[in-house]
Amino acid sequence: MSTLPGFVAVVLVTLATLAIGTYGLRLSRTTSDFFVASRTVRPGLNASAIGGEYLSAASFLGVAGLLLTFGAEMLWYPVGWTAGYLVLLVLVAAPLRRSGAYTLPDFAEARLDSRRVRNVCSLLVVAVGWLYLLPQFEGAGLTLAAAIDAPRWVGPVVVGLVVLVSVGSGGMRSITFVQAFQYWLKLSALLVPAAVLLVVWAGDDAAGPARATADGWSVPLAAGGAQGLYTTYSLVLATFLGTMGLPHVVVRFYTNPDGRAARRTTLVVLALLGVFYVLPPLYAALGRAYGADPAASDSLVLELPRLVVPGPLGDVLTGMVTAGAFAAFLSTSSGLAVAVSGVLTQDVTSRRLPRLGDLAAFRVATLAAVAVPMTAALVLPDFGVAQAVGLAFAVAASTFCPLLVLGIWWRGLTPAGAVSGLLVGGAGSVLAVAYTLADDRGSGWFDTLAGQPAAWSVPLAFATMVLVSRRTTPPAHARRFMVRLHTPEQVELDRS
Amino acid sequence: MSTTPEGPQRRVRVTGPDRRAQPRPRPRTGDIDEETPLGRVYLGSLLRAQLALAARILGLLALTVGSLPLVFHLAPGLDDVRVAGLPLVWLVLGVLVYPWLVLLGWRYVRQAERHEHDFAELVGELDR
Repeated sequence: MSTLPGFVAVVLVTLATLAIGTYGLRLSRTTSDFFVASRTVRPGLNASAIGGEYLSAASFLGVAGLLLTFGAEMLWYPVGWTAGYLVLLVLVAAPLRRSGAYTLPDFAEARLDSRRVRNVCSLLVVAVGWLYLLPQFEGAGLTLAAAIDAPRWVGPVVVGLVVLVSVGSGGMRSITFVQAFQYWLKLSALLVPAAVLLVVWAGDDAAGPARATADGWSVPLAAGGAQGLYTTYSLVLATFLGTMGLPHVVVRFYTNPDGRAARRTTLVVLALLGVFYVLPPLYAALGRAYGADPAASDSLVLELPRLVVPGPLGDVLTGMVTAGAFAAFLSTSSGLAVAVSGVLTQDVTSRRLPRLGDLAAFRVATLAAVAVPMTAALVLPDFGVAQAVGLAFAVAASTFCPLLVLGIWWRGLTPAGAVSGLLVGGAGSVLAVAYTLADDRGSGWFDTLAGQPAAWSVPLAFATMVLVSRRTTPPAHARRFMVRLHTPEQVELDRS
Repeated sequence: MSTTPEGPQRRVRVTGPDRRAQPRPRPRTGDIDEETPLGRVYLGSLLRAQLALAARILGLLALTVGSLPLVFHLAPGLDDVRVAGLPLVWLVLGVLVYPWLVLLGWRYVRQAERHEHDFAELVGELDR
């Protein structure tokens, strides 16, 4: 197997990312540029950037492999990741932008006027962000090992360094360009090979048809009757509601010029994600037709071109998909690094190291944001990649989703209610997944409930927030804050 | 040119009316800023309209996409159904669901903007 196309692809993507990131450096001058690109990003560019940031390795490589191995039940992942944006659009997009906060903890503090809520939120943002960064780094290690026979530590180190340079030098402004570029790169890297392979398949009599019956490949449910139904619904809930609580997703909304632009951006994102997610099932079906090995499912997208068309054309197509996969690691890691270092800057480095300037504080924070999960990926190379992503969604759905939804739509939310809901939802989901990671053998109801906690931990967090809030008094400025969240910017109101 | 008996006072610049000086209806936002009962009604009606819209869209989402696991659980024969050679479930969850999500989002954006427009007109008109 030739490693040259993969090597060329990785080098080209790295160079393009660094070049665009450096170009952004010339435009980034203020703290506002660094955190939110000075809030001037137009919907079209911003939507491409959100799409580029959101389509991680799990979407690019993972979904096709999971579909090949487990069949239609895995379609809920891409559907949920897209529908999550519809839920976000409907419930939080415009108000979140109008809240005028830099980060999620900023929103919590502004809405509830409480440092305690802010600190809990900061902790959760960093935890969810690191949890989500870890599988990106590990996936990069696996991909480079498969594509260019590199040792497992090369992927995390290369991705970590590129992210460090492009985020640390240009912040959000340059990352916006990098990620918009990477959305289109990822789409073409999946679309062009898919089109070529489909043409080859249509004229190929030797290949079997994409058979899809008899073994449950077309059942969109997890196995196990009622337990399977529960697992599927819990997954649906985690993805539909977890999207709005992912730190790198939320922070992007602050870069829109106003609430209306935030809505339109989200609508474009929905369309971009829909176009992208039509492709992974094609790879799964082709992989099935050509008898790809379901055991090596994570590398299906990387292996399929050579499986279908051996020779130079297969090599070129392999180079393309490798470039897309590598772009996926870079863009998602960059987005997460910006979100985590934004929070670390405000709550740790600026406060603890006041003698640093704003930019120096941001760079120190970026170093921490990248170094911790990178080290974890090097030390624990076999922490389950898919499980970490699932955990991140479940935790986000059980903590930030209730905080955002109640904070935006219900005046009665109080600091005490928010903190207890965050703790109950966070502890419940984290403990459940920790139990599952530690002991994944059982098949009873308890293991099913722990394996996919969102269906009970999300309602529990909502109920806790509402009940505790009912017994305490909301902050005095709650009504004024609702005015700011919900009234269109063109109406001149006191938004202080 | 300026020798008329009326003198220079009569001279007027012939331009269109100064649109900037023409007071557009000043938004009567005081009721909301001062949190009068009337202001609460305005804000409350906007909030209720937006929340009802959100509930409608999410309800449609739950009814259409959200009900699919239950439908396939109750009617296991559905996984053999094929449309144009493709298994129904792959067609629905792999392709058709995405334009449907975009359509829902598009309807939401249009109506949410209309609610905000109505609200802006409501508080803007009152001062005339």
